[in-house]
Amino acid sequence: MEIRGLKKMIDLKADVSIIGAGPAGLAAALSAKENGAKNIIVIDRNSWIGGILPQCIHDGFGIEETGSSMTGPEYAHMYIKNAKNQNITFMKETMVLDIINKKIIAVNTKGLLKIKSKSIVFAMGCREKTRWNILVPGDRPSGIYTAGVAQAFINLYNIMPGKNVIIVGSGDVGLIIARRLKFEGANVLGVVEILPYASGLPRNVVQCLDDYDIPLFLNHTIIEIKGKQRLESVTIAQVDKKGDIIIGSERKILCDTLLLSLGLIPENELANSLGIRLDSFTGGPVVNQKFETNYPGIFSCGNSLQVYDTVDVLTIDAKKAGKNASLYAMGENNKDSGEISVKPGAGVRYVIPQKITEPGKIHFTLRVIKPSGKINLKIVTKKSVLYKKKLLWTNPANMVEFDFEISDFLIKNKKDIEVFLDEKK
Amino acid sequence: MKKNKEITCIVCPIGCKIIVKTDGNSVQLIVGNKCKKGFEYARNEALDPRRMLTSSILVLNGEWPLVSVKSSKPVPKQKIFKVLDEIKKKKVKAPVKFGQKIIENVANTNIDIIATKQIPKI
Repeated sequence: MEIRGLKKMIDLKADVSIIGAGPAGLAAALSAKENGAKNIIVIDRNSWIGGILPQCIHDGFGIEETGSSMTGPEYAHMYIKNAKNQNITFMKETMVLDIINKKIIAVNTKGLLKIKSKSIVFAMGCREKTRWNILVPGDRPSGIYTAGVAQAFINLYNIMPGKNVIIVGSGDVGLIIARRLKFEGANVLGVVEILPYASGLPRNVVQCLDDYDIPLFLNHTIIEIKGKQRLESVTIAQVDKKGDIIIGSERKILCDTLLLSLGLIPENELANSLGIRLDSFTGGPVVNQKFETNYPGIFSCGNSLQVYDTVDVLTIDAKKAGKNASLYAMGENNKDSGEISVKPGAGVRYVIPQKITEPGKIHFTLRVIKPSGKINLKIVTKKSVLYKKKLLWTNPANMVEFDFEISDFLIKNKKDIEVFLDEKK
Repeated sequence: MKKNKEITCIVCPIGCKIIVKTDGNSVQLIVGNKCKKGFEYARNEALDPRRMLTSSILVLNGEWPLVSVKSSKPVPKQKIFKVLDEIKKKKVKAPVKFGQKIIENVANTNIDIIATKQIPKI
């Protein structure tokens, strides 16, 4: 291949290549190193290491993992320091263009790179949903941002997005940015949530909204955006149980800034282009208990696999992906003894891993569809119940984790399993 | 003066609604908590609520225009905006070290403001 202006194709080799240098990529890299891989390359298109962490200046990171609460930048600092001590190669401002037979084609200011990798870990993170995901009608003025972009403006670049702010969506990023704006002197007029409950963690509702008397409009949605150049107003309205707008409940709010905190979508264009199977509920690849995709030697972790609640749980899984990528690179991975599917049943949106290829204790993560009180989590195959766990409460904002031993019998006899919630004992 | 305070516990994700009966100096009754930690949280929340405070401070000649900072200890809730005022006025010269003390005894709280990032000089 010849591209004008590029002097040469740079050929590199790696045991494990990791795409994305955020918390998942860092954890996977360290774990790959600990498990024997020698030559590890971590690629990121940004000019810094740590992904989203440097802009998440609030605390609450690492509580489960280390026992103490850190801020995002501190958590990143801890991992970057360890990674640098371990001789892991970082390639910043490097964009992956394609992967052909596990050769990564990437570009940076030095030229076009070809990185022949024994195994690859995807840790590309996620993207924010935009106005077009909820199709709000109205004008297209300036002053409309996603919450994460506003967070980067305020916390990294010293730019205030506006003065009078409405936030749509009560995800954690939206709640945290509400408090941050208040701290910086903005007038936060409210957080609008279409569901009857907040989608962020309860601790963020208390610490970010209640503490500063920021109103949370539950069962509300935004129905119009107005503004010639800059945003001038939004109209919100109450919705009924079916999600339809209640006529007469419309309320016009004058504001200059609208922030969207509508949720996150795993970034998987690259996986998709390789024909890797994606799960339509998680938006991430279908993986087995090794976090391996259906493309042998390509693993997936972090928010590009599923959107995690906390970095702590994300890291635990990313380390497993890194370990297995390392074992694969050294030819030490176990041969699969079969394959069974794990299916989400009643009340369950998704379960990870979606496939199991060998017997042993598996750590599952799942997300429920709606909040509930006491309920039983069950695993069945055909009609026989294999496992039962009592949950005291469930909430879609809180991932459910549990361990279950997959027997040799299940794998050998191709007994697919289903995980569901049951009010009955 | 005795009054009832409703507190949503933030110790764990269950988020118990705890009712605390207090006169401001001591606590007479706490109900609704499911665990010991919730009891402690509700007591502190009723008598002396505090929060970890994070923000950012302007950096001169740095690779980035801001350095993220945190309070060395949780700040009494009613002093949060006083502390933020001092944080807003402060400027620091690059390089800023990780863990560097940028403001000492901020707003007479006996709490320091500490860098949570390192910012190299341009």
